[in-house]
Amino acid sequence: MSFLFFFPGLVDCYSRNIEVKPGDNNKSIEKKIQLATNHDTLTFFPGEYELETIIIPKPLIVMGIDFPIIKSKTGNEIITVISDSVQIVGLQLEDVETSFMVDRAAIRIKDSNHFLVSNNRLINTFFGIYLEHAGDGLIENNIVAGDATEESTSGNAIHAWYCKNLRIIDNQVTNHRDGIYFEFVDNSLIKGNISADNLRYGLHFMFSNEDEYIENEFRNNGAGVAVMFSKKINMYRNNFLFNWGNSSYGLLLKEIYDAEIANNTFRENTIGIYIEGSTRINYFDNDFQNNGWALKFSGGCLDNHIRGNNFLTNTFDLSVHVLIEGNTFDGNYWSDYSGYDLDKDGKGDVPHRPVKLFNYLINETPETVVLLRSFFVELLNFAERISPVFTPDNVLDSQPLMKKISRSEIVLK
Amino acid sequence: MFRIFQYSLKDLIRSRWIFYYGVFYLLFTTGLFILSNDLSKSIISLMNITLVLVPLIATIFGSMYFYQSREFVELLLAQPLPRQRIFGGLFLGVSLSLGICYLLGVGIPFVFYGIAGSGEIWNFLTLLFNGVILSLIFSGLAIWIGLANENKLKGFGIAIVVWLFFAVIYDGIQLLLLVAFSEYPIEKFSIGASILNPISLSRIQILLKLDISALMGFTGAVFKKFFGTNTGIIISTLSLIFWTIIPFMGIIFTSRKKDF
Repeated sequence: MSFLFFFPGLVDCYSRNIEVKPGDNNKSIEKKIQLATNHDTLTFFPGEYELETIIIPKPLIVMGIDFPIIKSKTGNEIITVISDSVQIVGLQLEDVETSFMVDRAAIRIKDSNHFLVSNNRLINTFFGIYLEHAGDGLIENNIVAGDATEESTSGNAIHAWYCKNLRIIDNQVTNHRDGIYFEFVDNSLIKGNISADNLRYGLHFMFSNEDEYIENEFRNNGAGVAVMFSKKINMYRNNFLFNWGNSSYGLLLKEIYDAEIANNTFRENTIGIYIEGSTRINYFDNDFQNNGWALKFSGGCLDNHIRGNNFLTNTFDLSVHVLIEGNTFDGNYWSDYSGYDLDKDGKGDVPHRPVKLFNYLINETPETVVLLRSFFVELLNFAERISPVFTPDNVLDSQPLMKKISRSEIVLK
Repeated sequence: MFRIFQYSLKDLIRSRWIFYYGVFYLLFTTGLFILSNDLSKSIISLMNITLVLVPLIATIFGSMYFYQSREFVELLLAQPLPRQRIFGGLFLGVSLSLGICYLLGVGIPFVFYGIAGSGEIWNFLTLLFNGVILSLIFSGLAIWIGLANENKLKGFGIAIVVWLFFAVIYDGIQLLLLVAFSEYPIEKFSIGASILNPISLSRIQILLKLDISALMGFTGAVFKKFFGTNTGIIISTLSLIFWTIIPFMGIIFTSRKKDF
């Protein structure tokens, strides 16, 4: 201890513990924050609090013991951070009301860097965690559960706007408009999250570049993931499950450049991946299982390379509107490939045409769906496969694999 | 009726052809497993086969058995027995023996493969239900046609045409109509037209199990209600059961009027 006398500046290193107990109101908490020095810990004791917005203007650790419940008194925001190096840990925040004028959030981090938001529970908070002009932060192990019923009256669970170097890890985001929303967010990582039952998208990228999302699970959302107007996004080892409904997809790509989509599982989505105006994208080692359409290409796609994927019992493997040259489909496993392999090199000797005639019919007249799998339609498909008339004859896999590519299934929590 | 049903069932089970029929399914299903080794894929292949083959075999077998057992029927007619009992028993004998054959032929390999523990159990039960009910409907139709036509060749021909109509031609006409009138609201028509064809009904049940993800992709309240909820399964099951009553009633009605 004696050296502190010689280096009084170091006293700051010892963070004091400031206690907040049930019964404290906004005024008393504000005073405590005022008196606190940088890097002190503000400890919320167990119990229930009803508070108005708390503003954290200096580097503090805000910590809860046994998840103290902090309810928004007036329905306004609960915690607003306007300083660097703030940590928010172990709180349960509730009841932020919907507003049509302001995007209210349980935790707002504004113009701040090096923050940590971890192990919190956010329940029915319009927007959950709202980041604006924030960077170098970690958001982990939070549960953000909403009760969204309509897109227009609901917010996003984790919303990031003009941010850099975020890491969003192991969160559970449910029942919001978007699970995780990125707008102008660069160099960030999204890993191990579960995003389920959201009305619009499980994860939504707009104008965000050089990001990576891996090992997430997107379940029962309006659509799993939408990546729009972004460059260099890597998508590895994610699960896209049960994204059902009309105009619903596991993954939507719109105006994307230089992306890589690998080792993902797409199961029981209406459309596995919907691709529009996207260029230089590699799809490899993915599993497409029991989707309505595994891949649906709309116009303006160049240099998409689909290689080494498993297409397993999808209703339609591929739908192509207008396909410009330069997209390849070689070396995949298609479960409805009916060719043979005489030279035993593991690749079929007859090219596979993944686009069926009936797919064309269904695009023209959607009601014909009731004839799916009928004997007559199978006959038509067969005839078309032998000599393509309606379907593009350059869409083919010249080296279809004979055996399913075995891949140890990615197990997520 | 039960006594006659018993006789014809015993007679049929001892017959060589019904045995071959059962063995065919047994080998086919086992073969599918050996080749694909994937439960869900085998179920899809089996469904395709079931929708075409079960009605065809039931039609042919129903006709053949009816014409073959004509002497037996004449003998029975000489007894003081109500006609509907005789023909009702005959119908039940043929259709149930075909149904049992299908059940055993397809079911045994699946049971050995361990269907009970897998998530495919409901798809499998749907398959079995449809196989059995299609056997009932089409053998019933065949007997009805046999009753109405004294001429063997003519009766046989009509039965085959009826099968061809329901299995292939009907879908072709439906497709043509749907495409031709695609400008109009044809949602209700497209579902309604399928209810009038037992094979389409079975197919829809299977679609509801397997292709639900594709079916969810269509807009329109009628489709959404039919495919998105249990309505589809309930309506198609009820319609299928109703379809088994039609040939049964037909047989009883025709047999009453017929002059032997």
